[in-house]
Amino acid sequence: MIDQRNEIDAIEAERYELFEGPGYKFHFDRRDFIKAFGAGIIFVVPLGRALAQQRGLGESGRAGSGNQLPNDIGAWIHIDEDGGVTVFTGKVEMGQNIRTSLAQAVAEELHVPFATVHLVMGDTDLTPFDMGTFGSRSTPTMAPQLRKAAAAAREVLIELAAQQLSVEPASVKIVDARFVNHDKSKTLSLAEVAKGRKLVKVIPENISTTQPKDWTIAGTSVTKVDSRNFVTGKHQYTSDIKREGMLYGKVVRPATFNAELITSDTRAAEAMPGVKVVHDGNFIGVAASDQQTATKAANAIASDWKSPGQPANAELVAVLRKPATERRGGGEGGGGVSRPQGSIADGLAAADKKLEQTYTVAYIAHAPLEPRAAVAEWKDDQLTVWTGTQRPFGVRSELATAFHLSEDKVRVIVPDTGSGYGGKHTGECAIEAARLARAANKPVKLVWTREEEFTWAYFRPAGVIDIKSGAKSDGTITAWEFHNYNSGASGIQIKYDIPNNDIQFHPSNSPLRQGSYRGLAATANHFARETHIDELAHALGIDPLAFRLKNISDERMRAVLQATAKAFGWGQTKPAPGHGFGIGCGFEKNGYLATCAEVAIEQPTGKNADKKTAKVKIVRVVEAFDCGAVVNPMHLKNQIEGSITQAIGGALFESIKFENGKILNPRFSDYRVPRFSDVPLIEVVLIDRKDVPSAGAGETPIVGLAPAVGNAIFNATRVRLRSLPMAPDGLA
Amino acid sequence: MTRVTALNVNGKKMTTDVDSTTSLLSVLRNDLNLTGGKYGCGEGQCGACAVLLDGQPIRSCTTQVGRAAGKEITTIEGLEKDGRLHPLQEAFIKADAMQCAYCTSGMIMSGAALLAKTPRPNRAEIINGMNGNICRCGTYQRIINAIEIASGTAKEMSK
Repeated sequence: MIDQRNEIDAIEAERYELFEGPGYKFHFDRRDFIKAFGAGIIFVVPLGRALAQQRGLGESGRAGSGNQLPNDIGAWIHIDEDGGVTVFTGKVEMGQNIRTSLAQAVAEELHVPFATVHLVMGDTDLTPFDMGTFGSRSTPTMAPQLRKAAAAAREVLIELAAQQLSVEPASVKIVDARFVNHDKSKTLSLAEVAKGRKLVKVIPENISTTQPKDWTIAGTSVTKVDSRNFVTGKHQYTSDIKREGMLYGKVVRPATFNAELITSDTRAAEAMPGVKVVHDGNFIGVAASDQQTATKAANAIASDWKSPGQPANAELVAVLRKPATERRGGGEGGGGVSRPQGSIADGLAAADKKLEQTYTVAYIAHAPLEPRAAVAEWKDDQLTVWTGTQRPFGVRSELATAFHLSEDKVRVIVPDTGSGYGGKHTGECAIEAARLARAANKPVKLVWTREEEFTWAYFRPAGVIDIKSGAKSDGTITAWEFHNYNSGASGIQIKYDIPNNDIQFHPSNSPLRQGSYRGLAATANHFARETHIDELAHALGIDPLAFRLKNISDERMRAVLQATAKAFGWGQTKPAPGHGFGIGCGFEKNGYLATCAEVAIEQPTGKNADKKTAKVKIVRVVEAFDCGAVVNPMHLKNQIEGSITQAIGGALFESIKFENGKILNPRFSDYRVPRFSDVPLIEVVLIDRKDVPSAGAGETPIVGLAPAVGNAIFNATRVRLRSLPMAPDGLA
Repeated sequence: MTRVTALNVNGKKMTTDVDSTTSLLSVLRNDLNLTGGKYGCGEGQCGACAVLLDGQPIRSCTTQVGRAAGKEITTIEGLEKDGRLHPLQEAFIKADAMQCAYCTSGMIMSGAALLAKTPRPNRAEIINGMNGNICRCGTYQRIINAIEIASGTAKEMSK
């Protein structure tokens, strides 16, 4: 059961996703579908309904407001004449393996082999509208949608097969992609049923789908789709695409953020053979027949920028504590996310121990290994852009606005992309490539450098969190006051049974451009909360696991805590000298997790070592995760292991340094990310709840690592660390 | 300016005409259409561009093409022999040792070089040999497992 506050949480969780640019409209109609897909059978759903379904599940209120509701249809499945099954979804694949798990769902409902199903993803001309691939929404919303479409397809195909076989539909079954009658005396292939047909069928609303307990394809560890293409280097990412006559682009960047162009001199660049220079407002860029020339030409452009004074790291906490006066980036203004319950004053009066602490988190970068890239091509006034984005339809809108086009003149295609982690919602690179391509009248590829990606994308919000709490000597928490400044409201709500609580989020004027990051603020809020809970437990002299269990009645949360503790051996052994154990738990986006960590504090050795600075080595991590019915155990484990590994960076050493509108560490040699040598032994415990709908799982497993590690460091050293990253240069 | 007009890539002689100071990665990707190796950082920090030069793993983004002339260059495209994958390519699929897979080419080239030098590496040797390669999706544990599978030292598969 989702209680009311969790429902608020489910909606609030999305509010801090970065949305920029206008809304949308649709242009494909029924006749276009037939033209585009050729013969066969197409299964459609009225698009208004599909969108409403998404909205009902929490993606409401932003892109849709004030826009015309679509009255057109969306096509989800096409049974090709050769018996292949093509599925259309606006979701995109960036390593989370949704291409695989959605195909599992469709193959299951259609009763066809997995390999029969092919997904077309993130192509604004071919796929139904989609808000974007974020918020862990693909599994809970897109998979059921496609299951319905596939189930409807199966019913229609059985009816058509029955007509062809001259038998009753009730006697026809699909076995291995063949339609067979009751005694198997008559059979037809999928191709034989689809051949020569030109049918468009609407998916009935009340179609029923296979329940998790009856799954045979979902629920299994199907191998990643296209994995052979990935291990052979054949897969084409955006940055690998080449078009006829294509040029390479390079943009001249401002000296600082928020800078205004005063003067520029492009003559030297324009004099270079084959170089096209574009100067349009604050935008200066070049296109040339090869990357070296483009870079040389961009470097030859002299530009003078006027920069306002801007805050530095050192002032960050003070800046973030000031309330927002403007709306920018992902912030939507507004204050708290739930009404206070009970009375904090009463709760503190009843407490034997009171605690008040402040926690902070730094800005960090997504640093997807494939930096932003785009290939733009104009044919007359039609624009096509290949780009790696989590929001193909959002980027289409951005392009249409930037070039004063109607959206039916713009097509965005997203090849399976070199990751995003929430960092690829926006279309900057697509717009820049398209601007250059229009001027050059040739296709242009633009690939951001690592430094550009570190500087001109956006960051996970930094934040300041104040917590005031009280508890009785028997371990009952009586008061919980929580204020988050700037980082966001995701994961801010508690699973602890605290009668007096006041939990608020306060937006600030962020000095840096900020937006979505895997798990959003759930990482910050869990770090602060689970560290503070550990502090309370120690103040009361109660075991941190026992303290949590005493204050949590939610059965699923108790189950992940107990499963993690059991696998880790919590309470069974004492840490070795210099080692420490820590625990934390959490809930977000309908996923439950608990994490245990063991750390080793390594004293520096060697003649030149700084004797004062010890190193933190994470030795072992155990995480139990419950996201409802498990769709693909292997890929789920991979996501959880990856989340834990990525979380090590934000927990221990990742931090963006900035001053006067400049990023001071925009490269991997200055911005350390987790490497092989940072990785502990990771054990994942999956709790497969066949009775609960599957939740998305790409984000939530990231939130448990930081507090578990911080609590383990305290266990080893008695030093409490309250700022992320906790040990950027070791333990001082 | 010196020009480079021929390169030995994956056992074939390929013709080109580029300035010898151009990065090898750029020549492979843009001139020879071998896009398996990726740009990740341009400073030799992430290993997405790793290829072999006379069997030794190098960072093609910081290697001038002039240095590769006359030597044998092996890219990910050259690892498959007669339609059969290299054992490490097979092992990456088996161990699910990738997510977005943008790092995968570089990981496999670095891993293949490690295995050629140390056929049965222990965990510390794998970590040491692979530490110059970044996987932002964090699949390191599975990549270690894949290398163990390919070398025949894997205890169990992390399904």
